[in-house]
Amino acid sequence: MFKKILIANRGEIAVRVIRACRELGVTSVAVYSDVDRASLHVRKADEAYHIGPAAAAESYLNFAKILDVAKRSGADAIHPGYGFLSENANFAQACVNAGVKFIGPTAASMEMMGSKTRARQEMEKAGIPFVPGTSRGLESAQQAEQVAATIGYPVMLKAAAGGGGKGMRLVHAPEHLKSALDAAQSEAERAFGDREVYIEKAIINPRHIEMQVLADEHGHTVYLGERECSIQRRHQKVLEESPSPIVDTDMRRRMGEVAVRVAEAAKYTNAGTVEFLVDQDKNFYFLEMNTRLQVEHPVTELITGLDLVHLQIRIAAGEKLPFRQEDIRIRGHAIECRIYAEDPDNNYFPSPGKITLLLSPSGPGIRRDSGMYEGWTVPIDYDPLLAKLIGYGTDRTQAISRLTRALHEYFVGGIKTNISLFRRILTDSHFQAGQIDTGYLDRLLKSKPPEIRGGHPEIAAIAAGLFAMLDSNSVVASNGTASSNHRDNAGDGTAVSSWKRAARAEALS
Amino acid sequence: MVYDVTIDGKDFRLELERKESGWQCRLDGRNIEMNAVLARRDVLSILIDGKAYEIKREHAASDTHLWVGSARYLAELRDPRSLRGRKGAGADDKGPKKILAPMPGKVVRMLVNQGQPVEAGQSILVVEAMKMQNEIKSPKKGTLQKIVAIEGGNVNAGDVLAIVE
Repeated sequence: MFKKILIANRGEIAVRVIRACRELGVTSVAVYSDVDRASLHVRKADEAYHIGPAAAAESYLNFAKILDVAKRSGADAIHPGYGFLSENANFAQACVNAGVKFIGPTAASMEMMGSKTRARQEMEKAGIPFVPGTSRGLESAQQAEQVAATIGYPVMLKAAAGGGGKGMRLVHAPEHLKSALDAAQSEAERAFGDREVYIEKAIINPRHIEMQVLADEHGHTVYLGERECSIQRRHQKVLEESPSPIVDTDMRRRMGEVAVRVAEAAKYTNAGTVEFLVDQDKNFYFLEMNTRLQVEHPVTELITGLDLVHLQIRIAAGEKLPFRQEDIRIRGHAIECRIYAEDPDNNYFPSPGKITLLLSPSGPGIRRDSGMYEGWTVPIDYDPLLAKLIGYGTDRTQAISRLTRALHEYFVGGIKTNISLFRRILTDSHFQAGQIDTGYLDRLLKSKPPEIRGGHPEIAAIAAGLFAMLDSNSVVASNGTASSNHRDNAGDGTAVSSWKRAARAEALS
Repeated sequence: MVYDVTIDGKDFRLELERKESGWQCRLDGRNIEMNAVLARRDVLSILIDGKAYEIKREHAASDTHLWVGSARYLAELRDPRSLRGRKGAGADDKGPKKILAPMPGKVVRMLVNQGQPVEAGQSILVVEAMKMQNEIKSPKKGTLQKIVAIEGGNVNAGDVLAIVE
């Protein structure tokens, strides 16, 4: 086992990995940029080192600085989390060269999966089912027209180096193909420095279902069940669950076996995820492989009872998988909500700032992986993911009701969050019936929000006045210009006298 | 105290008086028996007729929302006697209007030059936060009287970015 692990990340995932290190008796090393000195991961780690300015290129993406900290601190392994350097094959190789173990797959596996066209060529050799299309970049508009005519419209143009929806274009008719191709190529060039674009048949309103795999360095690969990730916005996942409402035992086994074949074809090691598009007839097609721990890994942990970060670390340390495929049992249902610093009233635009109030849910079936705390200022420089709230139940209905209850308890003040969005999703009849696809969330947001049942505008009106009289100073505090001691400023209010009365009553009884 | 309160567009007249035994509360002229405790900053517990309500206050630079349980309301509060309250009620489009930063971020681009005419809803400048770019729009038709923001500079929520006359 490793003695010391450097976590080359920040936010909730850095905290998640630090916790696993502590549980395994491994010393954890955090790194932080100028704006992250007060971040939670720095507080929770055993050691922490400054690595540069806020800009990720000069800190969390800087190989030299991170490897230098590994050397100085004596770390024998690096966990990259997700995002940042987690899928950077050059960094994985640089770790090998520096004599530090990279907790993840090899650079060669990452390279194969990093290029979508190359992954497709390799996977075709291994007989993996694909959405019809080209496995090579398009050379001309003419070639694009020929392929599109063969596979039939609508078609999707995709950047080979792509991700996050950049360099993607949906084309419904031949006359729009050339301009869409030009646009996709120049967008891919700008975003990834690579203008290679390929073409696929577009599956309208597909589901996005992925399969978790785990492979040790001794040739054993297993699958740990699927995650339904169809609820997306701007091609980013918002809510994930496991199992998927449409996947039965037989389909899970078939998808799982394909996912294992994909991993084996890439000589894959450590934790990875094979993504599939699923059409309305439940046909599934290989989409891509994510060569890292996923944001949504907790739903798989809850339904399998396994700790994926522990297993990642143990696999990287050379241990064999401690179970076989037939030992894995799926039990219950888990749903994850990604809590983002986003303003629901401003088209979900990021809303960084100071967290002035944080009320966190707990209770049966609730897990919260969070990188925030009250009094912390969410920096403007990084991804707006604050925390993940995961509900677990014996079945989907109970998971939904527990999560709804927990969202009712959750409150973040000072910044805007998307918490209200999840209440809307979880109470929506289509969601409850499991009728979701990748277009679901856009349709939901376009529809009129349901009337608030049992609403109490008059209570809000009374509260507005009470706040003004009892708690006026907190307005100053929330603007970050002053912080006041609230026990003092409420001292003349009913609040305290009520407390005093209660205390006296208790003392008397 | 007397307040004019607007909750999600609905107007209320609220009279609140602190008494030794608790609160005297009248809402639109109706007496309401109420017990209130400020549990902590931004969190109120109110009991009315045996029913318990937890109210949380959400501040932002531009507005305040109140949560009653899981229902979220846009709340505006005015003291009818104050000058500011009266001014805010009527003359919305008259006079210079400040364009405020809705969130902290970095000013990446100015889209309009000082002195140029602008339409209501026209994009004036671009603020970037958390890898997303947001176009900040003009609240009214007029002239971009003054640009306060500096291209490339950081801004806090509520900072004045520009003024439209």
